[in-house]
Amino acid sequence: MIDLRDLYQEVILDHSRNPRNAGRLTEPSGTAKGHNPLCGDLITLDVLVEDGVIRDVSFDARGCAISVATASIMSDMLKDKTLEEAHDLFRRFQKMLTGPDAEAEGLDKLEVLAGVREFPMRVKCATLPFHTLRAALDNEPGTVQTE
Amino acid sequence: MNAPAGQNPEILAARDDFPLLARPMNGRPLAFLDSAASAQKPRAVLDGLRDFYESEYANVHRGVYLLSAQATDRYEAARETVRRFLNAGRPEEIVFTRGATEAINLVAETLGRSGRLEPDDEIVLTVLEHHSNIVPWQLMRDATGVRIRAAAADQDGNVDVEAVFREVTDRTKLIAFSHVSNTTGTVLPAREICHRARERGILTLVDGCQAVPHAAVDVADLACDFYTFSGHKLYGPSGIGALYGRLDLLTSLPPWQGGGSMIEEVTFERTTYAPPPARYEAGTPNIAGAVGLAAAIDYVQRFGSENIQRHESAVLKYGVDRLQAVDGVRLIGTPRHRAGSISFVMDDVHPHDVGTVLDREGVAVRVGHHCAQPAMRHFDVPATIRASLGIYTHASDFDALVEGLGKVKELFQL
Repeated sequence: MIDLRDLYQEVILDHSRNPRNAGRLTEPSGTAKGHNPLCGDLITLDVLVEDGVIRDVSFDARGCAISVATASIMSDMLKDKTLEEAHDLFRRFQKMLTGPDAEAEGLDKLEVLAGVREFPMRVKCATLPFHTLRAALDNEPGTVQTE
Repeated sequence: MNAPAGQNPEILAARDDFPLLARPMNGRPLAFLDSAASAQKPRAVLDGLRDFYESEYANVHRGVYLLSAQATDRYEAARETVRRFLNAGRPEEIVFTRGATEAINLVAETLGRSGRLEPDDEIVLTVLEHHSNIVPWQLMRDATGVRIRAAAADQDGNVDVEAVFREVTDRTKLIAFSHVSNTTGTVLPAREICHRARERGILTLVDGCQAVPHAAVDVADLACDFYTFSGHKLYGPSGIGALYGRLDLLTSLPPWQGGGSMIEEVTFERTTYAPPPARYEAGTPNIAGAVGLAAAIDYVQRFGSENIQRHESAVLKYGVDRLQAVDGVRLIGTPRHRAGSISFVMDDVHPHDVGTVLDREGVAVRVGHHCAQPAMRHFDVPATIRASLGIYTHASDFDALVEGLGKVKELFQL
């Protein structure tokens, strides 16, 4: 059985308490809201995309350590990534959490969240920021739900 | 902390009647503190279900053969058990439903179609309601044009009679509220609300899900028009519940779902409907569920509702005291009268994270909004941790909870 310290690593606690890129963008090219009705986690995420490249990301999150830390680490990694790279990051992240084995290739700092796969009830906490990101990149109206 | 005074030795021993509670959880003894979501089942219910299926099962109200007659007798005897449990006047006033949610939908829909309501009529709820006592009324509102008003709770989570009647106008046709809040454990002044409503000709529906496991309920004394509860929170099977409705109301409201059992005569031109309760029980009902629910009621009544109430109050008070003594814990709701549940939050740790850590310690609690988002907004929290008790809950379960909260603090370096 995985130790809880592997889930709540120092890095995760730090990001959840001091989220990077917290706040809102003044002129985003896309905005989306994400909601996990199961636990009430809410995230509003802004992106600024120029010429197919993510220039800036900001978010407001009210949620558990896992979701806020994921949003924080994710936002740090997205700057100057192309849309295709961002989508690819989400695919890899999902694979790490729900795939047959914990493959963390190309996930860089997001790898600290690998322990979440041992807690199936918490996977949606980690994927909520990514679902919201995808909606923001598409500038989808409405709220993304995990349920 | 010392063991709470006022515990009942017979009820303390009840834990052994619940096989699941012996199951270790993540290598620890299970401290099951989520009975408000659904209670565990005693052997009397499990055996009752098995015996019924093994020796008496058949469809009800249909066959002329002995087995069907016996199954019908058992099903109707279960109705009589529920009638006695709620002190309803007649068995026809008890309708079996899938649970309280279905019962509230039944009342909302039939009332909506009854022609008794006009646009601009009003329905009063409270901010503490479970979504199951909000959304059915909104669906009905959309069909009828009635308005919904919500009575406020105070900061401690009390809902006073005055707060309810502040929302009442001469357009109010119905007040629907929980007997006990599933979030704060607040016991609402149901008797006073219902009596005052009746004086003014306003109908009342009481959601008794969180009340019936913890105290005696008497619908005649309450003077409510509808009362409902779910069997699975009362140690019975899931998928069965009951609706009490005043007979003249059940007789005058239109049918709900159509199908077998609820009719007198069917032609393609016209169908006539059976009187209640059959009118509201279309299709083959949850026969074994009703039998299991009756077994659960028989089980709790062996201890006596007043004994259960006294014993559980002692254990619950112990839980409140222990939690209040933990640094960084803040209770959400400190009502004057509490039954069943304690909600709280921890400084700097989200309830979801607390729940995951507690699970590892063998402590099962509910974390989230408890299907009561307006109540969460009232207290300005996104979610809470809820510890709720049942007849089998011991003070030691709260000890395990508090110890688990210590682990949370350690892990989150608080």
